[in-house]
Amino acid sequence: MRVTVGKGSCGIAAGAADVYQALEAGLQNTGHELLTTGCIGMCYLEPIVNVDERVFVKVTKEAAGELLKYILGEENQAERYLIPREDLDNLNGQQRIALKNCGLINPEDIEEYIAREGYEAIKKCVGSLTPEQVIEEIKLSGLSGRGGAGFPTWFKWNAARASAGEKKYVICNADEGDPGAFMDRAVIEGDPHALIEGMLIAAYAIGSDEGIVYVRAEYPLAIVRLELALEQARACGCLGQHIFGGDFCFDIRIKAGAGAFVCGEETALIASLEGERGMPRLKPPFPAQKGCWQKPSNINNVETYANVPWILRNGGAAFAALGTENSKGTKVFALTGKIAKGGLAEVPMGQTVGEVVFGVGGGIKNGRALKAVQMGGPSGGCIPAELCDTPIDYRSLAATGAIMGSGGMVVMDDSTCMVDMARFFLDFTCKESCGKCIHCRIGNRRMLEILERICKGEGLDGDIELLSDLAFQIKEGSLCALGQTAPNPVLTTLRYFRNEYEDHIFRKKCTARQCKPLLTYSISGKCTGCTLCARKCPVGAISGTVKQPHAIDSDKCTKCGKCAEICRFGAVEVE
Amino acid sequence: MTCECNQNKKWELLEPTLEAYAGVAGSLIAILQKAQELYGWLPIELIAHIARRTGIKPAKVMGVVTFYAQFRTKPVGKHLILLCQGTACHVNGSGGIEEAIRERLAVEEGEITPDGLFTYNNVACLGCCSLSPVMMIGEKTYGNLTKESVLRILKDIAEQEEAL
Repeated sequence: MRVTVGKGSCGIAAGAADVYQALEAGLQNTGHELLTTGCIGMCYLEPIVNVDERVFVKVTKEAAGELLKYILGEENQAERYLIPREDLDNLNGQQRIALKNCGLINPEDIEEYIAREGYEAIKKCVGSLTPEQVIEEIKLSGLSGRGGAGFPTWFKWNAARASAGEKKYVICNADEGDPGAFMDRAVIEGDPHALIEGMLIAAYAIGSDEGIVYVRAEYPLAIVRLELALEQARACGCLGQHIFGGDFCFDIRIKAGAGAFVCGEETALIASLEGERGMPRLKPPFPAQKGCWQKPSNINNVETYANVPWILRNGGAAFAALGTENSKGTKVFALTGKIAKGGLAEVPMGQTVGEVVFGVGGGIKNGRALKAVQMGGPSGGCIPAELCDTPIDYRSLAATGAIMGSGGMVVMDDSTCMVDMARFFLDFTCKESCGKCIHCRIGNRRMLEILERICKGEGLDGDIELLSDLAFQIKEGSLCALGQTAPNPVLTTLRYFRNEYEDHIFRKKCTARQCKPLLTYSISGKCTGCTLCARKCPVGAISGTVKQPHAIDSDKCTKCGKCAEICRFGAVEVE
Repeated sequence: MTCECNQNKKWELLEPTLEAYAGVAGSLIAILQKAQELYGWLPIELIAHIARRTGIKPAKVMGVVTFYAQFRTKPVGKHLILLCQGTACHVNGSGGIEEAIRERLAVEEGEITPDGLFTYNNVACLGCCSLSPVMMIGEKTYGNLTKESVLRILKDIAEQEEAL
């Protein structure tokens, strides 16, 4: 039997390495094959083990024992770990292009990639297509950049091809900085050759001999797997000098990022590649004209490149047949937050936000109510529950004030405070602003201070107007996308959840009960006088006699919430 | 003035890296990454040494060091805790996890505990969002954290250290 264990970063964090070890020990000299695979996207079911065609989920160490018995044909209880029908349908119902091989093949073995039509697309390009024809095929597909801006891919390639010069670079942006998105990590960890092949095709199209993958340092496993994949590709003649024996030469090296969100911006990324502080510069000239070391450079993100081999194999028209009028193909989404079935899902463009959240995502955790979905991370905005019918395409999302971004979907329920979310994102952009533009550096700081004040219950009449005014100026006065989009989370929460701002400012209330300074703790009649809270209160704010209802002195109370946490009778009320 | 041979000797572990990148433009970040991997952090003398050996102005090297979140100009404890403060982790309560860690270690972010064992740092996103809240200690990632599980993990590490 063929046994595969999902060992992406998330699988390993869920215990897949221990499961692998247990299976390895039990399967020695039995003739059964034990292999590693990447993330299949059903992170909520990790660790996942495939035995031939059967999928077992939430395989704990104990479950590994049952699985071993099953594999070895002994009496077992492995059935109970079989994937529920509904989840399997969810997986099969997706349309996988970028994630085609993720979770199915062993990313550490190039042969498995080759066996699934791997490197055929680049072979086809080198053997029978001119670079112009390749670009034409990408144009026909309608593929646009999956990293955030959604710029047409063929246009970038064409511009880089048209730029004069012998030396050109093909760069992959794997600096997946949006907190809440991890599809690029999954692709590199699960199917690194798809990225390599995509870059090869881009190199052939624009006439480049050198590629660089700029990976976040926070993704150590991705770097290891990509390193190995590059070596194997070189050994197979798919990469390096005279690829497939022809004139085409191209090699790729990895550059580990050093932790800066702004390096996801292409000109900042180039500065970082050159060993400098990652500060964006004015465009034009665009990287396609003057990029890395002033040479024409094409920059796409991981998911974009991962789509390319499929397009060349199946034709641009097949890709364009998926999706909507203005957004072609599929998109990978990272579903996280208060979602029941968190993970990665690849669906055709045009599905609605609600279809994704309540379909593949399985709805909201613990049966609570959906409040909003944050799309596009710190540069994006929130889409409120009432706009759930918004189809996922570049234009419709932009109309709501959010953006497609890299595909992070953070789901929020009624226990999420929208003012606190805006504060969270501003805190992030303030830390990550490179400091070049005054509006971004100082303006965002001022906005953050106002939001912090509001969350502390010190909001003033006029704060909302001040925030809107600052937001407008920051958007106008910033050079790069980081500054231009930084106010978006504030603007969208103001647009859809203005009442929450008003509650905070005028009524000094946080209805989601997240902003501690705005909460008041009191003890209700349910109190049995067990004295537990009084003993645990770190500031001695609770008093009362045994078997008599206790009381909280609100002047002393620091609102740490410990009493509410430990009370066994639900007597501590928070408002 | 300090003798350069002494400095070379002091930082000799870095010598092969400096030689490998000699004359390679744009390699400063890679050199700094290797230096930090070898020494755990970047003391000012080491930064000065790198500036001298690469011919890059010390102010420029310092500029790069302070720009990127990865580089540390202060030493850290034996076990570096990277606590994810990404969006998904925030929504799922990473704030409370930080409180629990800070209370248990009794130090602020970036400081070393008196026993030299721990330092905790908040980081943007570790990319394991579906297991949020998440933290990394060394190479290991821990997911679905609760205040209780965090304390247990820290206790286990401290006990293992004691047994050594």
